[in-house]
Amino acid sequence: MLMGYRLSKAQAEKVFQILSGKYDILAPVRMKGDGCFADTDVIRYGKVTSPDEIVWDRRSDYSYKEALLPVNETLFYFTENNTAVPEEMKKEQLVFLRSCDLHGVRRMDEIYLRNGYEDFYYRRRRERTKFVLMGCETTCGSGFCVSMGTNKAEEYDVYIKVDKEYVYVDCPCQELEAYVEKAGGTPQRVVPDHVTENKEKVTLPKNLSNESFTREIWKEYGARCIGCGRCNFVCPTCTCFTMQDIIYKDNGKAGERRRVWASCQVDGYTDMAGGISFRKEQGDRFRFKVMHKIYDHEKRFGYPMCVGCGRCDDICPEYISYSNCVNRLAKEEEQ
Amino acid sequence: MKNEYIPQLSPIREVIKHTELEYTFRMGYTGEVKPGQFFEISLPKYGEAPISVSGIGKDTIDFTIRRVGRVTNEIFENYVGDSLFIRGPYGNGFELDAFRGKAIVVVAGGTGLSPVKGVVDHFARHMEECRSCTLIAGFKSPDDVLFKDDFAFWKEKMQVILTVDRAPENYEGAVGMVTKYIPELCLKDPETAVFICVGPPAMMKFSVMEIQKLGIKDRQIWISNERKMCCGLGKCGHCRMGSTYVCLDGPVFNYEEGKNLID
Repeated sequence: MLMGYRLSKAQAEKVFQILSGKYDILAPVRMKGDGCFADTDVIRYGKVTSPDEIVWDRRSDYSYKEALLPVNETLFYFTENNTAVPEEMKKEQLVFLRSCDLHGVRRMDEIYLRNGYEDFYYRRRRERTKFVLMGCETTCGSGFCVSMGTNKAEEYDVYIKVDKEYVYVDCPCQELEAYVEKAGGTPQRVVPDHVTENKEKVTLPKNLSNESFTREIWKEYGARCIGCGRCNFVCPTCTCFTMQDIIYKDNGKAGERRRVWASCQVDGYTDMAGGISFRKEQGDRFRFKVMHKIYDHEKRFGYPMCVGCGRCDDICPEYISYSNCVNRLAKEEEQ
Repeated sequence: MKNEYIPQLSPIREVIKHTELEYTFRMGYTGEVKPGQFFEISLPKYGEAPISVSGIGKDTIDFTIRRVGRVTNEIFENYVGDSLFIRGPYGNGFELDAFRGKAIVVVAGGTGLSPVKGVVDHFARHMEECRSCTLIAGFKSPDDVLFKDDFAFWKEKMQVILTVDRAPENYEGAVGMVTKYIPELCLKDPETAVFICVGPPAMMKFSVMEIQKLGIKDRQIWISNERKMCCGLGKCGHCRMGSTYVCLDGPVFNYEEGKNLID
């Protein structure tokens, strides 16, 4: 039996203020004029101190993942023979996200905590992160979470829902529950909203194999894709990075080593010293990405990588639909 | 918790110059390491590059570095009496047990000899541990031949075919691709043979085809894949081939598995 609370707007506001002392609250916010086209906004993650700053009514254009894997992250500072690791973030963080993204956390953990070595930087961020689930009353336009089984999430620290008058929360996390109780929340049963049907429906091909890597369909997409990598950057499950050293302009002997988000669609991803590279054709890169999402990851870890958030379909400047591509693969299989 | 990204300063003990472009750096190192494993070697400011261990001493390890990129160029300029930052070893490396008691044939192209050199070294010193050992090594030209001193030692111990792709007319050694010499191997008992094939992608592809023509089964062939690797830890994603992370699951693969890897 799930328990929860109902808070007035003022009470919720108070809780946010108190929490802001201990936590950075990261949530989807509207960034005016920063969209891809003139006069459009972008919804992406930023720090908030009040529920009013959060965009509740649509899915963010970028995922939460920069909270755990910053776009660029300093691994260490160096002088001639010494290295120094940056200090841990001062505050803990509360990350507001939807069910699809919360399922994405499992994929991030898989790579950064379990695949081979444990990642020092990811782990220390992850340990100081709590997740606040935002429910989905209605489906977003391009998501297909129901097809991917990611429409419902249970591993949240807090669930939150806002309507015109009240804020409803469910708080499995005892520490956070204490704040809500103290603010005078009225106990009431709160169950997370989740969608049971999307406009987009995706059928995963069941019999993919190494032969699927050589299908004609990849060439077709390769002809359309311009290799901008936006699909990777909006994806909550893409985790690749490239190492980068920078030197300070006014002291050529000191600098830092960073990791920076990388895209398997962009030139240079496989380039090695001496001029050898792989997947020179854009179609091969597209195939590399799609097969990872629906086949390779599952082969290694036992479940598909894609969480069906649909962001890649919305961001593509060439209007390539990944979900349509997956459905076409499934159809081709039937023939 | 250990921070795997922090490199350790390792002193350069000796530098062996093979060619204008290729030096072996002998570095101070104590710890477990297997032939075929690799380290991330770096010069802060210029970045990191994955480099195979090309020799294992009592308290040293060798890296044979070819001057072909930003990081390696800088290593060539700035090494004198100095140190390099290293972290590793990473990857699986060669398990010598897979080769003990077998008729070993190593086919290597260019710097591809580096990752497998530890295996050749081992059996050259312990020929009693294998049935026989043959090395077919190819380089572009006589000027590109690496490990000349080692070749002299190996020739005393095992059959060595050292070939170059092109040579001046008066050159006395073998000329031609390694693939030319694979069919000439006299394998008394192909069932007990094991092949190790390492080099540039095209060289490996055609060499494996020649090896298969000898009646060698895929499970008797071992390869080592070179890919871009930013971390060596299974994180950065650049080396992934299908469901395989070359840095974790490789770079050494039995061909039974290696043949199914798609870039």
